[in-house]
Amino acid sequence: MGSKNLKAIAVRGTHDIKPAKPDQFIEMVQEFHERMKGPATQKYRTLGTTENILVHNQLHCMPTRNYNNAHFEDAEKVSGELLNEKYVAKIIGCNSCAMRCEHETVIPEGPYKGTMTRIEYETLWALGPYCGINRLDTIIKGMELCNYYGIDAISAGVIVAFTMDCYENNILTKKDLDGIEANFGNPEALIQLLEKIGKREGIGDTLANGVRTAAQKIGKGAEKLAQHIKGLEVTGYDLRCLKTAALGFAVSFRGADHNRHGAYAFDVKGKVNRLKAEKGRGKMVSDMEDTYALIDSLIICKFSRGTYYKGLEDMAKLYNLVTGIDITAEELKKSGERVNTVARLINIREGLGRKDDTLPWKVMNVPIPDEGPVKGAVVTQKELA
Amino acid sequence: MVKIHERKFVSADPEKCVGCGICEYICSWTKEKGFNPLKSRIRVVRVNQLANMAVTCRRCEDPPCVAACPRDALTQSEETGTILLDMDKCNGCGWCIEACDYGAIMLHPETKVVHVCDLCKDEGEPQCIKWCPEEALTLVTSDVLAQKARISAVKKLFQQAKKK
Repeated sequence: MGSKNLKAIAVRGTHDIKPAKPDQFIEMVQEFHERMKGPATQKYRTLGTTENILVHNQLHCMPTRNYNNAHFEDAEKVSGELLNEKYVAKIIGCNSCAMRCEHETVIPEGPYKGTMTRIEYETLWALGPYCGINRLDTIIKGMELCNYYGIDAISAGVIVAFTMDCYENNILTKKDLDGIEANFGNPEALIQLLEKIGKREGIGDTLANGVRTAAQKIGKGAEKLAQHIKGLEVTGYDLRCLKTAALGFAVSFRGADHNRHGAYAFDVKGKVNRLKAEKGRGKMVSDMEDTYALIDSLIICKFSRGTYYKGLEDMAKLYNLVTGIDITAEELKKSGERVNTVARLINIREGLGRKDDTLPWKVMNVPIPDEGPVKGAVVTQKELA
Repeated sequence: MVKIHERKFVSADPEKCVGCGICEYICSWTKEKGFNPLKSRIRVVRVNQLANMAVTCRRCEDPPCVAACPRDALTQSEETGTILLDMDKCNGCGWCIEACDYGAIMLHPETKVVHVCDLCKDEGEPQCIKWCPEEALTLVTSDVLAQKARISAVKKLFQQAKKK
């Protein structure tokens, strides 16, 4: 899109949508509206995903300062709890959804007064702890800038943190950065770098291509600091101590994308030993992959996935009521598998293969240094193979 | 003729409305048996993330839409205040649309005549109110609205006094 100078495409349908079995469909929608007010969506309706900041920090699985740490000492200052108390002005809903999850923040005072944006865990994490930044108002402003320039705030945060890492390791100098002192935790540097990326100004022109391409261009060992999988920047789960997630992310056809793979849930919720790579995780990962592909294809929001009490069976029923096509949960799962297979085939056509099913350099070479439950955790090639 | 004080219409509480548009979907479903917000008699406006509100016909006294119609296609029901349309007379010229301050009367994308909220007279109750997950929509009279505003104003005053 960038090469075509295209920012966005807005599409609006004009035709009616008529479900195949309208009466039963309406009944099921009514049922789902009730479920959406229930326990399955409680987290999203109350604190929202930013609740994860303190949860992940406590588990020492929140990548901090470009994977230099897995724990942020200032997490309390950027917690979801504080965000809700000080900045969330309203929780709104997406089109046609009965669940309310969009936490809209407004900065009430200070230099960024009036800044308004939605915020979630991943974006808060990327622009905050991952850059070592402990100021919520700067993070919110950064988020607004990303929206304004139409860039993904997760990738943007990871790119800024990569730049800061390069700066602290003397790979990039103050001169390279047009005078920006890009130390971790410098809130002005975050805003200035985001502006530069958005406008492709100076170093921003290199950084705007993402960490993989930027690192190749910068050289001098910058590749080791570029935290990405298949060219996509990492997300807010420290893969060194979440080994099911590590496998899921490594093999994901879209790279380091938490929306493509939910395997972190097994680790974070303690359903498995998150520090161990063992037989059986592969099956968990591939089952999850199929379900996620299916959820995306049905255009179901992942926040609402818990309201499908019977999982695939509920989805199959809904699919039948809308399309009129009879389908079982097993057949639906097969469709998810097919989506993944086709996506992989596209990757192969584009030159990606097994060698790309791997993890960022730091995940496999720099053990977690922080004192605590997961000190020394790292993923080895043997565990991945 | 129904008195202005007793005339009911659907009103959205902007504090509660989150702009999800479920009212639009259920309206078009009820009226047209298809999900299509373009055919809804109630429309959601999102000015920004914080300012959301659904808007529909207010059933005004001396409705400007009726006065504006050059073909006498619109009348107001004496019994309920609903704006009634004679489909044979309407040619979709849009004078009524221009006259309405709320954008509550709209051109139907297919029939090419105007359509407007009738409080779901065939269903017994407005379906948008029944389905609104935020309970932001209510059937009110002007008096009820004024009373609501008074109550929230007084509550606010007392909360501020408490804080001090």
